[in-house]
Amino acid sequence: MNSDLEKYRIKQLSIFSENRPGRLMDLARDMKEAKVNILGFTIAEGSGYGVVRMLVDKPEKAYEKLSAQGHVVKFTDVLAVKMEDKPGGLYDLTVLLKEAGINIEYAYGYRNSPAAVLILKVEDFDKAIDIILGSGRTLYDISHFR
Amino acid sequence: MSTWNPKMEFMPKEELDKLQLKLLKALVHRLYDYSPFYRERMDMGKVHPDQIRSIDDAAKLPFMQKKDLRELEPNQLFMASNRELVRYHASSGTTGRPTIVGYTQKDVDTWTESVARGIASAGVSADDILQVAYTYGLFTGGLGLHYGAERLGCTVVPASTGNSERQLDIIKRLGVTVIACTPSYLMHLGEVSKKIGLDIKNDTNLRIGILGAEPWSEGMRKRMEDGLGVKAINIYGTSELSGPLWCECIEQRGMHVWCDQTLLEVMDPDTGEILGPGEKGELVVTMLLKEAVPIIRYRTGDIATVDWEECGCGRLHPRLGRITGRVDDMLIVRGINVFPSQVEYVLMSNPELGNEFQIVLEREGALDEILVRVELKPEAFQDNVAMLESLKTRIHERLKSALMISADVELVEPGTLPRFESKAKRVVDKRKI
Repeated sequence: MNSDLEKYRIKQLSIFSENRPGRLMDLARDMKEAKVNILGFTIAEGSGYGVVRMLVDKPEKAYEKLSAQGHVVKFTDVLAVKMEDKPGGLYDLTVLLKEAGINIEYAYGYRNSPAAVLILKVEDFDKAIDIILGSGRTLYDISHFR
Repeated sequence: MSTWNPKMEFMPKEELDKLQLKLLKALVHRLYDYSPFYRERMDMGKVHPDQIRSIDDAAKLPFMQKKDLRELEPNQLFMASNRELVRYHASSGTTGRPTIVGYTQKDVDTWTESVARGIASAGVSADDILQVAYTYGLFTGGLGLHYGAERLGCTVVPASTGNSERQLDIIKRLGVTVIACTPSYLMHLGEVSKKIGLDIKNDTNLRIGILGAEPWSEGMRKRMEDGLGVKAINIYGTSELSGPLWCECIEQRGMHVWCDQTLLEVMDPDTGEILGPGEKGELVVTMLLKEAVPIIRYRTGDIATVDWEECGCGRLHPRLGRITGRVDDMLIVRGINVFPSQVEYVLMSNPELGNEFQIVLEREGALDEILVRVELKPEAFQDNVAMLESLKTRIHERLKSALMISADVELVEPGTLPRFESKAKRVVDKRKI
């Protein structure tokens, strides 16, 4: 693994959560109490449970708090691509990845004015980093989220 | 009078007692002479066949338990060769290992005779068209009723389970008069019939239900009889004893247990003391005629009372009341025996799962639903919904093959299921029977 590229591996929090009223509230309260700011957020829905995915400003602190509260939490490495906030931006990027044969396991986006951020989970990180940077795009590194 | 074998069914008490003792003596001698398993058991219990001189002496004989049937290989227990065996059946075991029972032709005949007598006493005759909506297969319900009804001369419709609309269509088109199924399935058919605009009471010829394989109540009886116009008859049996065996007569005051085939005892499960008439306890059954898998003083685990008084129908064979409970933690779900230990066994073979689990039983409409909730181990969690879903599917499939029943599976967060300091209470039974 290229250590120069390590900084692009963003530590996303993945939390296993039962699908019942109040469970997201519990998570949100824990983040509030730990004074952790949530930057990006999505829930993947399974049957009877969900996987909550969060990008936060203080991942270690959040992880500590959530673990202490009994949540099943894990770090997952994702990429954060800076997107031009205009029509066709996502299309161009997906063409690039498709041509390179890179499969997207999951993705979600959020707006971070004036740009937008696309969070990508891929299998082959080094290749994806190489292709995306090689196309002249910007990947946010971990310092961006602190 | 509705009867199949009047000589046996209406035999005077004295003659019955004499016959029963004769059969018991013959049985213990045969087992002592030819079964190493039973000989060892009797020697260990310091009882010799010559000591069996009255029916009460049966109490000297050793008990037999489900685990004997489960743990012993067929060749240790079976007293019939492959050549003599004509069939196998199986029931679910406590650890996922099925309990195998074998039958000689005479065993099938004895069983069939018992069912034919029982349903005849309930008012079924050769004029009836009887639909068997019990499962056909290793489960004894389907074939047991099938053979009994055929022996009686009924026209049998071997519908097996499932596809309720088709079942109702057949009932209507063929003019089916008797249905044999679990009571919950008949209730379910009642609900489905409403949805498709069929009035079972007025639009069909259905008049009798032979209902068993799971506990039910007088309340359910009333609902079925009033709502569907079907005389609801209780039937009991377990695969270890043969299959469905004894059923209520038209009096509906307990299920006649044929003395010329069976010796019935009621025992205090804690002290082992044999209880008197009308006292509630564990049923202990000796099958007097069984050849392939002899059954002596088998502890069924079922709690009930037995009435030894003459029945309103004139039969003197004792009557077994409703099963009111279990000695162990066995559950009956959609007619299938389920032990929490089987569920535990399946779950614990998955390294992704924690030690805590919960079995939740509910009745959706008329049918039982079983939900297994289990904790995911923190270290097994991956941010990959497909992986979690395939884990759930795998558990579902394994439970299905072990329990022979489809259970919903729910993965829950570690630490969320109740913990127990002494005996774990893993079953939440929300069913109202």
